[in-house]
Amino acid sequence: MTPGRLWAVARRLLGMALTLLATSFLVFSSLYLAPGDPASFLVRGRSASPQELAAIRHQYGFDDPFPVRYWHWLDGVLHGDFGRSYLFHQSVGEVLWSRLPATLLLVGVSTLLIAVVGIGVGIVGALRRGTRTGSAVLLLVTVGAAVPSFVAAIVLRSVLGVRLGWFPTIGNGTGVLDRLHHVVLPAIALSVTFMALVTRVTRSAMLDELRREHVEVALSRGLPRRTVIRRHVLRNALGPIVTVCGLLVSGMLVSTAIVETAFGMSGIGSLLVQSVDELDFQVVQAIVLLVVAAFVVVNTLVDLVYPLIDPRVRAAGGAR
Amino acid sequence: MPPLEMPLLEYDGLRVELPGTARPILDGVTLSVAAGEAVALVGESGSGKSVTARAALGLLPSGARTGGQVRVDGTDLVGADAARLRAVRTGVASMIFQDPRAGINPVRRVGDFLTESLRLVGGRTRAEAEARALELLTAVGLPDPARHLRQYPHQLSGGMLQRVMIAGALTADPQLLLCDEPTTALDVTTQAEIMAVLGQLQRDRGLGLLLITHDLDLAAATCDRIYVMYAGRIVETGTAADLLAIPRHPYTAGLLGSSPPLEGTPGRLTPIPGAPLSLAEAASGCAFFARCRFAQPGRCDLTPPVLTSPVLTPPVPTLPVPAPAAPTLVACHRADELIEENR
Repeated sequence: MTPGRLWAVARRLLGMALTLLATSFLVFSSLYLAPGDPASFLVRGRSASPQELAAIRHQYGFDDPFPVRYWHWLDGVLHGDFGRSYLFHQSVGEVLWSRLPATLLLVGVSTLLIAVVGIGVGIVGALRRGTRTGSAVLLLVTVGAAVPSFVAAIVLRSVLGVRLGWFPTIGNGTGVLDRLHHVVLPAIALSVTFMALVTRVTRSAMLDELRREHVEVALSRGLPRRTVIRRHVLRNALGPIVTVCGLLVSGMLVSTAIVETAFGMSGIGSLLVQSVDELDFQVVQAIVLLVVAAFVVVNTLVDLVYPLIDPRVRAAGGAR
Repeated sequence: MPPLEMPLLEYDGLRVELPGTARPILDGVTLSVAAGEAVALVGESGSGKSVTARAALGLLPSGARTGGQVRVDGTDLVGADAARLRAVRTGVASMIFQDPRAGINPVRRVGDFLTESLRLVGGRTRAEAEARALELLTAVGLPDPARHLRQYPHQLSGGMLQRVMIAGALTADPQLLLCDEPTTALDVTTQAEIMAVLGQLQRDRGLGLLLITHDLDLAAATCDRIYVMYAGRIVETGTAADLLAIPRHPYTAGLLGSSPPLEGTPGRLTPIPGAPLSLAEAASGCAFFARCRFAQPGRCDLTPPVLTSPVLTPPVPTLPVPAPAAPTLVACHRADELIEENR
């Protein structure tokens, strides 16, 4: 790695850190501005005198000035302490930690689906363009992109879950195989739209590359068509494919809220919905920060990988 | 003088037609290149000369209807299966494309471009293929070849990259080199260098060469024989010297008149009026009719002229097979009168 390249990487990482800092400020302040008083949530139902409320506010530090509260929170976050959940009477870290594996499994399986099915079908769509198969791919893409995940969830549950009974329709499952069995339908519901998008991008990127003269040159040199497709068409189409996969996967955490709720799974997404309902601010803050962090980190990774995919970007000094 | 045996490359009435067009891209193209012979195919953009060259590797536009034959080393490529096409592409003929920036994959290293067919088709090891690539880069006059093998195409100049393209075409050790406007994308000084490299390779290795160009003077300087193409047909052919001295087809004369002479004081250039026939336009008679200053309505626009020897009057439709003596053939209804008019 050249010094210039090293500097470019360092700059990207610094940019990522600054983005995360700015995000933390926005996340914290947006909840500060949100309606609803956490103190009245804490006393829940019971009538409390203004003095009692004030005491609670003081105890939890709600009456400190905004910068002080932000600083305390940020200091905690940097040390891995996201505060306490009012709802679960546990530290936010523990609450998140217990929910995280289910969501990571869901996102992981969905990512695999997007990459394998999305890219695979996209390649078929490009190579079979103008045939019956090619038209079928286009139709699938159009329909798939138009199906929201909650509709997909309902259809999958009622058909594959209830009617055919192939898959469980609710819960997380226990043990490795059972968990995987439980996650199939939610993962499909989560990734239908994303698969369609990746298929579309793959197809058009491949078609763009198929038209390039270097592809004809490679064919003119007697390389078999399969080899040319792999080494010159797919390889060159990777740029847009990786970029869009990165964007979709990094934004996927948000969509787990809908799918996890629909399938009664206990994960980060359903936790977000629950804690927003119950005004469990500390948890909401931590999850939103997590979602944004995932987005920023994955996209930074894509940016760092991109020069390996297209060496011309390297020449431009990493400025893209 | 080309030998009497079977030509290395032979087009026999090649016809290529795309659906939805008014006229064929190629219409009865008959052309031959003998082993070790340098032949040029000259014409304006859209005349079909690039399609002709690509046909020699079986690279025809998809969906095209074809007729006639293209024989490379005796193998007919029209309707040939993939295996036979690959055999020709990897062992007999290779092509140098116009723009090396577009023709060499920008995301792979120069070394990959040069070695991939050797490794993936030729079954050589990486080390063998790289040694061969170094040898070829030296042969095309690229200094410091070892360093360039590890570089990406955007790190090389256009002229250097065209040398890489030529080296790439030589990896197959071909007998026939097809050059599709190999210098058009380069600046003038580089053009001369590349043409010198090509000429030397052709002579040293005894290659058959088909040079596609729009530049009649360049063609005459490099090649033994010249074919002039207009709207998908050969309109005139003959030895380079002959064609330049006495252009018999008004189009050939027009091409000569529209480029500055290499020697002597440049006179006024006379462009050919109008534009070449597009694929959406069909001509009932001579395709050059609308742009020809000698055109005679009622004669030139009725039937397409046939390639014939111009000294015979009246024109006898002979088979347009260029015999070894390379007689001049011209496809013009008025060719004989125009020669008498002493143009």
